[in-house]
Amino acid sequence: MLDIFLGAISLGLLWAVMTIGVYITYRILDIADLTVEGSIAMGAAIAAKAISLGVNPFAATALALLGGLTAGLITGLLHTKLKIPALLSGILTMIALYSVNLHIMGKANVALLRMDTVYTPFTKLGMSTRDAVIVLGFICVSAVVGILYWFFGTEIGSAIRATGDNPHMVRAQGINTNMMKIIGLVISNGLVAISGALIAQSQGFADVQMGTGSIVIGLASVIIGEVLFGRKSFFSRLLSLALGAMTYRIIIAFVLKLGMPANDLKLFTAITVAIALALPVFKTYLHPIKISIKEGD
Amino acid sequence: MLQVNGIYKVFNPGTVNEKVALRNVSLQLDEGDFVTLIGGNGAGKSTLLNCVAGVYPIEMGSIVIDNTDVTKYSEHRRAIMLGRVFQDPMRGTAANMGIEENLALAYRRGQPRGLRWGIKNKERTLYKELLSHLELGLENRLDAKVGLLSGGQRQALTLLMATLKKPRLLLLDEHTAALDPKTAEKVLQLSDRFIEDDRLTALMVTHNMRDAIKHGNRLIMMHEGRIILDIKGEDKKKLTVEDLLQRFGRASGEEFANDRALLS
Repeated sequence: MLDIFLGAISLGLLWAVMTIGVYITYRILDIADLTVEGSIAMGAAIAAKAISLGVNPFAATALALLGGLTAGLITGLLHTKLKIPALLSGILTMIALYSVNLHIMGKANVALLRMDTVYTPFTKLGMSTRDAVIVLGFICVSAVVGILYWFFGTEIGSAIRATGDNPHMVRAQGINTNMMKIIGLVISNGLVAISGALIAQSQGFADVQMGTGSIVIGLASVIIGEVLFGRKSFFSRLLSLALGAMTYRIIIAFVLKLGMPANDLKLFTAITVAIALALPVFKTYLHPIKISIKEGD
Repeated sequence: MLQVNGIYKVFNPGTVNEKVALRNVSLQLDEGDFVTLIGGNGAGKSTLLNCVAGVYPIEMGSIVIDNTDVTKYSEHRRAIMLGRVFQDPMRGTAANMGIEENLALAYRRGQPRGLRWGIKNKERTLYKELLSHLELGLENRLDAKVGLLSGGQRQALTLLMATLKKPRLLLLDEHTAALDPKTAEKVLQLSDRFIEDDRLTALMVTHNMRDAIKHGNRLIMMHEGRIILDIKGEDKKKLTVEDLLQRFGRASGEEFANDRALLS
């Protein structure tokens, strides 16, 4: 039982980095960015291929980050310069990345058997692979939360938050909203690619299909985090994302343990997210009177 | 100060919904002018303001602010010179951010934004002081989310944000139209005070004839995309609603058809 729990925690920490990336676009910029499905696989593909070619695993993860930043930049340019709707821009980049990822790996998947990964320095200290993933995952999540907390408090960070909130006001204050959207998309996909690189190294392979459905997992984690762990200050929101990602993994581990076929996992996730997104609608059905009083105020 | 030279604005050109919103509009504002802009529905007054602000590109003509031709400048680039308050109180502020965060965004208008901290402590003292002049009790709620404020409070805050960095030109787009009469009066008084204290050049769109006559030193009336009246100086001071209606009738050959303007 504890094994399942710790396994879920380790996976959750790696996906937490991706969840924070999804949060930046979905909640802060108010864009549902599907690029992440491609950039998570791209991060995995770049890291796996580089490591298999003998590149230092940390340098390989940094290369994965660069790949993710580029993917975000392309979606940002499609959306702001070519005026393609955000959702469609993300889909276009995602589809393009499928071919790009195949080119990077040269085949549909790359195995990392007996290769050094970012976890190797920790396993050399006598840790199990799972514990190494938990330790490194924790370090990464803490660093990302810290850096983003600082960044979104700066002048540019405030401008990005305001862009998602009210672009009219932001332009009236002399800020280029297109630039802010691009920066947000770039950072988001960079984080997602790092997450992909870390996941590939922990599971020992990269697969061109591994991004499928990841946006839904990211959204599920964002929503679970918000519902369960509050959304008061910006810092507590960032923490709630990490906790949400871990909780999602724990829930999945337990429903699988309870005997749900693994093939139904994506269906289960989709239904969970649909219900969570629809909660505000259900609430209006349950409390119609309260709402109408509010409107009359 | 502001020169609008023969501008045309056409919406949906080449379709059945084509509408010429501005026809050869020219206008010159001098330093310190406070112009009220009035007209019926679809006269083009808000369109003119939005063209000056760079929200809509124009088909012909040019717009010059402070001897700089800004015709091809994007909206955010022009914003460096402009302070703007919108008709919809929701438009001027970011609802999910705090009062001080909104002010800090406005305080940096025209400056390059970098990785310095978004608000400095000494700014908070300044914001408190300025908010207390609004007499709305906002000075003690610096970190409250703007979404919790009433429409009137949000407009007052937007007005403060628009003038925090002294703009070369203040654009007020029917900024009291969505407020109840008492709050509207208060926001108008604040606008007058800001314009007077900082000696701002301002262009205020209104649908209310009384307000248009009472405020400012110059009144411009638009009709079907053209400027048909431009009243200034002593002439403007002596103006009454009846006068204005008569002059409108003579200039346009029509009755003034806007109940909102007549009744309020």
